[in-house]
Amino acid sequence: MAQPAIVVEAFRKAYGDVEAVAGIGFTVAEGEIFGLLGPNGAGKTTTLECLEGIRFPTAGTLRVRGVDPSREPGRLRDVIGVQLQTSSLPETMRVEEAMRFFCAYHGVAPRLDMLDRLGLRSKLRAEYGTLSTGQQRRLALALALAHEPPVVFLDEPTAGLDVGTRAELHALVGELRERGVALILATHDMAEAEKLADRVAILLAGRIVASGTPKALTAAAADLTRVTVRSEHETLAARTAQLPGVQRQARKDGYDVFFTDAVGPTVTAVLRALEEAGDPLVDLRVERPSLEERFLELTANGGVA
Amino acid sequence: MRPRTPSRALLHHAAFEFGSGLRNRAMLLLLYLFPLGFFLIAGALMVGLNPGFRETLIPAMVVFAIMAGCLLGLPDPIVVAREAGIFRSFKIHGVPAANILLLPGAAIVVHLTLVAAIITVAAPLLFDAPLPARFGAYLGVFLAAAAAHAGLGLLIAVVSASTRATVLWSQLVFLPSVMLGGLMVPSEMIPDTLATLARLLPATHAMNAMRGLAYGDATAFSAAGSLLVLLAGAVLGVALAVRLFQWDRRAEGRRVSPAWGVLVLAPYVLGALLL
Repeated sequence: MAQPAIVVEAFRKAYGDVEAVAGIGFTVAEGEIFGLLGPNGAGKTTTLECLEGIRFPTAGTLRVRGVDPSREPGRLRDVIGVQLQTSSLPETMRVEEAMRFFCAYHGVAPRLDMLDRLGLRSKLRAEYGTLSTGQQRRLALALALAHEPPVVFLDEPTAGLDVGTRAELHALVGELRERGVALILATHDMAEAEKLADRVAILLAGRIVASGTPKALTAAAADLTRVTVRSEHETLAARTAQLPGVQRQARKDGYDVFFTDAVGPTVTAVLRALEEAGDPLVDLRVERPSLEERFLELTANGGVA
Repeated sequence: MRPRTPSRALLHHAAFEFGSGLRNRAMLLLLYLFPLGFFLIAGALMVGLNPGFRETLIPAMVVFAIMAGCLLGLPDPIVVAREAGIFRSFKIHGVPAANILLLPGAAIVVHLTLVAAIITVAAPLLFDAPLPARFGAYLGVFLAAAAAHAGLGLLIAVVSASTRATVLWSQLVFLPSVMLGGLMVPSEMIPDTLATLARLLPATHAMNAMRGLAYGDATAFSAAGSLLVLLAGAVLGVALAVRLFQWDRRAEGRRVSPAWGVLVLAPYVLGALLL
């Protein structure tokens, strides 16, 4: 069986008396996208920074492709690609110059095609200080991927990006997965994590309070499924008691919203009721609880689901 | 992945640092406009008031340019880069800490060489200032003085917690150097106690070595000794700066107290006591 690309065991990190990460563990396989989710101060960035060799763990074991980040920084640089949450380049450094500069340090040819792909072709001669925040984030991403590292860490990669670039990033992440790259994605964006990540861990106050595939996590949610219905004569409002599985009902913007723990029987009953009332159906939507709702549920309960 | 070629990375890095001296307006001001402007004003004013000033015009203005570039120009961008997280970006791409310090220092010395060349060519034409008698010694003392001041500038950058602190430390050396270093007032005219204190300043040794070794003037204390002090100060300053370097404000690891930076004074203290 192949060794995991990233191993985190009993990892603790304290800043003085403050314990930022309180003994967490997870592994990430090659070709796997692992989402690290959590509110501000949960320990996501600290975990990434220790894996990136920027900070040193207080206790525990960290390995990235077999490399100990705090003991072998030289070897680590060839193995990882990093987009930091907050990073910067010298104001006067030009975009193309940055690509040539860092690629030279990685010992690879400059990847100008990467700049092209991330919409920076017209900015090759622009100085870093003149770029917008989104352009600076895109440059950081291009630099992180230019040397084709087998392990990639992205910390809030889509913060400040427009819709088009975000879609391009998502496509890039998909390609990285196909190439067998192990990727950790730290993000606040639950929809993004749900879409991209194979597995996620939710961090709260330095501890992992839930982990698994996004589907498994949302399936464990206490939230009810929403059935949202709109009919021509709006006759459903008075019939809640007759609909099986419905726990509560609300009305919003002309829609009846039924919160149910039995989707099939509820939808069947809704359709039957409308037919009996001679009230034509206009719109019907079924929405399962999202990862975001599961996240909010966990964080609201202080990690006790 | 191609085999790592450190020389290619070094070349890109050195080219960037040299270019920064021209692209960065503050650096351009402190490296070129300020010292050359001061040279023109001081040359016109001081030579008019005291014709004897032209005898030391070239060394004084070259040492002034070295101080402006290394003490006022060099530290600030390094502190700003550290505080802005730029060095973290460098670290994750494998840029060695030594390159982050040594290459800006080396780039400054190249810029200062150009400024010194301009002063050396212009001073005789504009103000009838005498050229150095021994150009080899002139170049050697210039490089030693530039390296000593660059080491000090780098050390100020790594021990300063903020740009405000950088300004304080830099001015603590710069202003006394201008007044007591023999640039504007000949060291023979400075009272003995102050003259001894002035030997704690690299500028004093730079002027003394320039006059003694490059111009062949009689000096109050050993010019060769001053050159040795400058060389020791350069080595110690750079070594301490590299040792005390931090990647960012919260950097961890084998933290060494910035107070060790005071060791850079050792050659100057010895110079004041022994020369």
